[in-house]
Amino acid sequence: MNINRIATIAGLLIIALWPLVVHDVFYQRVGALVLLAAISASAWNLIGGYGGQVSVGHVVYFGAGAYASLIVFTRWGWPPLAGAPIGVAVSLALAALVGTPTFRLRGHYFSMATIAAAELVRILASNWDVTGAAVGLMGPPVPRSVWDFSFTSPVPYHYLFLAVLLLLLWLTWLMQRSKMGFYLAAIRGGDRAARSLGVPVLRYKLYALLLSASFTSLAGTLYAVMVGFVDPESGLGILLSVKMVIIAALGGAGTLFGPLVGAVILVPLEEATNAMFGGGGTGITFIVYGAIILFVARFQPGGMAVIWRALTSRRKNRAA
Amino acid sequence: MILLQVVVSGLLMGAVYALFSSGLTLIWGMMNVVNFAHGDFVMLAMYAAFYAFTLWHLGPIFFVPGAAALLFVLGVVVYLGLVRHVARGPMLAQILGTFGLALVLRYSAFWAFSANFVSLPENLVGGTIDISGIRIEASKLLGGAVALVITLGMHLVLTRTMLGSRVLAVAEDRNAAMLMGIRPDRMQALAWGVGAATTGIAGALIALFFYISPTVGESLSLIAFVVVCLGGFGSVPGALVAGLAIGVIQALSAYLIGAVYQDVLVYSLFLAVLWVRPQGLLGKL
Repeated sequence: MNINRIATIAGLLIIALWPLVVHDVFYQRVGALVLLAAISASAWNLIGGYGGQVSVGHVVYFGAGAYASLIVFTRWGWPPLAGAPIGVAVSLALAALVGTPTFRLRGHYFSMATIAAAELVRILASNWDVTGAAVGLMGPPVPRSVWDFSFTSPVPYHYLFLAVLLLLLWLTWLMQRSKMGFYLAAIRGGDRAARSLGVPVLRYKLYALLLSASFTSLAGTLYAVMVGFVDPESGLGILLSVKMVIIAALGGAGTLFGPLVGAVILVPLEEATNAMFGGGGTGITFIVYGAIILFVARFQPGGMAVIWRALTSRRKNRAA
Repeated sequence: MILLQVVVSGLLMGAVYALFSSGLTLIWGMMNVVNFAHGDFVMLAMYAAFYAFTLWHLGPIFFVPGAAALLFVLGVVVYLGLVRHVARGPMLAQILGTFGLALVLRYSAFWAFSANFVSLPENLVGGTIDISGIRIEASKLLGGAVALVITLGMHLVLTRTMLGSRVLAVAEDRNAAMLMGIRPDRMQALAWGVGAATTGIAGALIALFFYISPTVGESLSLIAFVVVCLGGFGSVPGALVAGLAIGVIQALSAYLIGAVYQDVLVYSLFLAVLWVRPQGLLGKL
């Protein structure tokens, strides 16, 4: 058995058993948050990593999912999870609407357009009654039934998130091996070259974005279900988009497990600084985040994935 | 009469936008790299002006050139230490490099200067001037006028001097410029220094009449992107026209619709232009 497979199985086993081995609620919560961050970063990875289209506006889809679940609760008293399909539908519509013209832009222009679109949505949501304006929306204060999926223990969330993450990783794995995976690799290498090889560039960018947007939206719903609160900063803030990019890039953009590895490194780091410095920790967290990503960009743009590959291949050479 | 006053005030703000945006357009046209930390450079210059005044009681005559020099050095350091290396890497690295820098600067400012808004005393450069019924704050007039002069000066240096020609030659074709005996690395470092120095001047000027906070750079970065895209990438005159236009649009929409929506209009315009004319309104790609 090769070392990659051993590491994957061991890693997934640790993640699956984490909340059973660790009894402290703080560490259990960190585990669930790692998985949630891994879902949104893996979803971003589909278009940003595999497709090479660096979106810095993915928070729009996250926010659609988060707001949808709490709007169906506040308006109609539905359980927040029932907002998931609505959030996904809104995200798909937004992705098709925004993505189609934006995909004609290359490189930096694409990134800037996504930032502007996301900031636009954030400002509008901060001034709209349905989304609770600047105050935000609350979930059910006390669970009315199991369907509200509101628990004091993080363990049920851990397994819900794990299920979604595994589904997403499985789909990503299938995509990676399919025609679409090769098309996206060609697109990442360069629009023009891909087009001259006969790749329907716009169509496959859009497919990747649609898949990416729906899972980002799911992550938003799951976040709202767990935390039970969303406001413009926590649901649509630009820093959330940035976090998705940073987590995926640190682990290795365009690799299957990269975003999960990035989340395993960064989320505990964030929780630790928050716990250490209290409310003022958010600032420190982003200094650390910024510094990490600056160094990754400067010294190893491939992220941990490249470092891992270098380490394991060196060992193989020594054995041979 | 009030409408005219709003327009004038928008033009003056727009001149400052034009100044720091022309710095961004210079960097951009030069090496096709976007500085996502551009607005945060402006923020640093604002704090530099604020502390120069509060700690040492230095006036604008000292702190404007001081901030320019400080930011020039920062620009060159950022180019040599970071941008030169990421520019050769993949797109993701280029974006993350300056984005990471933006996060570090913004949140270090949070940590160092606290999240509270500060501002320079209102009457630092005199009160309000009345020109046939239009009342303009002297600080804004000074800021707008200086910004306009420097932007025009930059354009003249770029188009009328040997140094400017060298810079533009590298922007046009790096290899051909090298064959002509120009060192591209040096010209690009210079462009980063000058581009950052424009944020230094602009930041010190805005500080005269604008609140200062660690997060102010975020929206200023977006404004610089909008101005550069509208004006055409790499074009200083384009940035000047677009900057003035954005200033007026912001002032008018704040006055007519409400201050909350001034950025909504600007960002929508930005997206519309990117979608319809990705080469900018005045630019020729």
